[in-house]
Amino acid sequence: MKNTTVSALALTAGLFGGSAAMAEITVGMMLPTSGTYAALGQEIDAGFMLALEEAGQQDAVRIVREDTEARPQVGVQKARKLVMQDEADVLVGLVSSGVLGAIRDFVDGSQVPLIVANAGNDEATGDQCSRYITRVSFSNAQVSRPMGEYLPTAGITKVYTLAPDYAAGRQMIDAFTAEFAEHGGEVVGGEYTPFAQTEDFGPYLTNARASGAEALFVFYAGGEAISFVNQYGSFGISDSLPLYGTGFLNSQLYLDAEGDSAIGTVGSLHYVPSLDTPENEAFVAAYQERHNKLPSEYAVQGYDAGRVLIEAMATGADDRESLAEAIPQVSYTGPRGPLEIDPATHNVIQNVYIYEIVKEDDRLTQNILATIENVQDEPHGCTLGG
Amino acid sequence: MTGSGFWVLQFLNAMQFSMLLFLLSIGLTVIFGLLHFVNLAHGALYMMGAYLGVSLAAMTGSYWPAFFLAPVGVTLIGAVLYFTLIDRLRGAGPMNQVLVTFGLIFVFLDIVRMGWGDIARGIAVPQLLAGTTRLLGVDYPTYRLFIIVLGLIIMAALMIILTRTQIGAMIRASVENGPMASSMGINVGRLFFAVFCVGCALAGLAGVVAAPVFSATPGMGVAILIPALIVVVIGGLGSLQGAIVGSLIVGFLQTLGAAVFPQLAAVLVYALLALILVLRPQGLIPVRGGAH
Repeated sequence: MKNTTVSALALTAGLFGGSAAMAEITVGMMLPTSGTYAALGQEIDAGFMLALEEAGQQDAVRIVREDTEARPQVGVQKARKLVMQDEADVLVGLVSSGVLGAIRDFVDGSQVPLIVANAGNDEATGDQCSRYITRVSFSNAQVSRPMGEYLPTAGITKVYTLAPDYAAGRQMIDAFTAEFAEHGGEVVGGEYTPFAQTEDFGPYLTNARASGAEALFVFYAGGEAISFVNQYGSFGISDSLPLYGTGFLNSQLYLDAEGDSAIGTVGSLHYVPSLDTPENEAFVAAYQERHNKLPSEYAVQGYDAGRVLIEAMATGADDRESLAEAIPQVSYTGPRGPLEIDPATHNVIQNVYIYEIVKEDDRLTQNILATIENVQDEPHGCTLGG
Repeated sequence: MTGSGFWVLQFLNAMQFSMLLFLLSIGLTVIFGLLHFVNLAHGALYMMGAYLGVSLAAMTGSYWPAFFLAPVGVTLIGAVLYFTLIDRLRGAGPMNQVLVTFGLIFVFLDIVRMGWGDIARGIAVPQLLAGTTRLLGVDYPTYRLFIIVLGLIIMAALMIILTRTQIGAMIRASVENGPMASSMGINVGRLFFAVFCVGCALAGLAGVVAAPVFSATPGMGVAILIPALIVVVIGGLGSLQGAIVGSLIVGFLQTLGAAVFPQLAAVLVYALLALILVLRPQGLIPVRGGAH
């Protein structure tokens, strides 16, 4: 019976051509499909497609995919191509903050809405904000600040910090340090390691042990996160110098490669797959069915980019201007919890979870220790709020 | 932690990194010395060693089969490269060799991405070497000690083979004067191939040994190639002693630099390289005769 209805509907839609259905929206998908960040691009794309499928809107959008290679100059080229040649109504994606920074002026100038699905540089929703740019992922400060609030409550007041020496690393550590100091903590030392050139973290870990800190707070992501956690584990210092970090350190995506070294490490992140809510359970089940693995925060960011777009389209928005108007007004409770867009910055307002990696039934998972609710960035020079 | 403990730890860190650099650069330098061939794909072979190790460890559920078989697998890959490309490029001049082997880096990069994906992969440290060992008053990861010991053993074995055996004498003769060695009845072609295979096996070994510490990533081959080339240039192209000295210098400079002058860590090695190139372009311990 159900099948018949569906075919009847399909037939009707076919008879009336495109005109009866929702107008087709062209999505310019800008993700790296090669280079260091390719794996993140795949997760985001998979999440985005899941959102479309779930809403039954696969046919309502035409997706043009371009590889940004996570390189700023390539990103600018691809953004121009998508906007001018493919006449994209909306751009989605961006893993690298460098690419986001590079295309910001073009996006703002050509008045095409952009939904950012990863890139976390603070200024994109700070003094470089634009009414056309909406970020559904996170800002660097947003993820690391809550750890500064949490650590003193766990009895830790002296911390040594480590992060790679580039913009994101510095933003993460700066935001953490300021918040930590505000809650009575003290950063007793720290180092920025050469980005993408540091293979051996042994010397830095040895320095950290000699610093007299009670704990380590670090930001590492990707291959560096895996190496760091493995090397930290091999030194057997988890009792004397426990490891805390932004959750990119022990993300679901890397747990397999990190193995038992990750046990006991504590992260702060806007999504973990072990969240116990009906919305998340449904999302995890749907994602697992398609990809046979647990979704990471990147998959959720892709999903929310898709879902925000669909909800904006559902309000009748069907071109660049109306989408730019509708997208920042979307709010719902999704897999990561309540999600809304801050009208003052166009950055997402969301919960940040503090969790510990534990082993349950021979499988590593995240045990949530605390939830910092509705974390919202200061405008930092953004004047969208008037 | 006491002051002396700190320096012991940093010394061991430096030794461990030096030994990994040695395993990698020895193949690079000997192949260059003997074949006068710049094999930039050496880093890619190191990466293949790590990834073959990841798969073998996953298939057998243990590290040791990976430890022994990954170098064999890399040697086979090397042999295929030798007969299809490298042997033909021997007389083609350094520019063509660099271009072809540079291209190979990208070929292997994409093979790895297709076969193993973009996410870094790790290998669990074998049970026997898990945990830490107490040494000189500090607790140090047992696996890192294993890397140091393994490096020293291979260093000693190569020294003995090269200086005390007939094969070693033949290799040294061929490096210093190939045509003369050939006219003395040494089958230089076969010797070259054998040495090339050993170089590949050592690169594979370095890869599988490094994987539990550094993880296997598609970018690892390119990342390690630069310090390895610096080791070779500092030590002197083609020279075993040069590779030993070079890897110790680079390993210690990089590690202690990171510990004591973190702001300069990335620059120190390059500054030394520039200094050596200006003051002693043939390297610290150059080979006599050929190789230039």
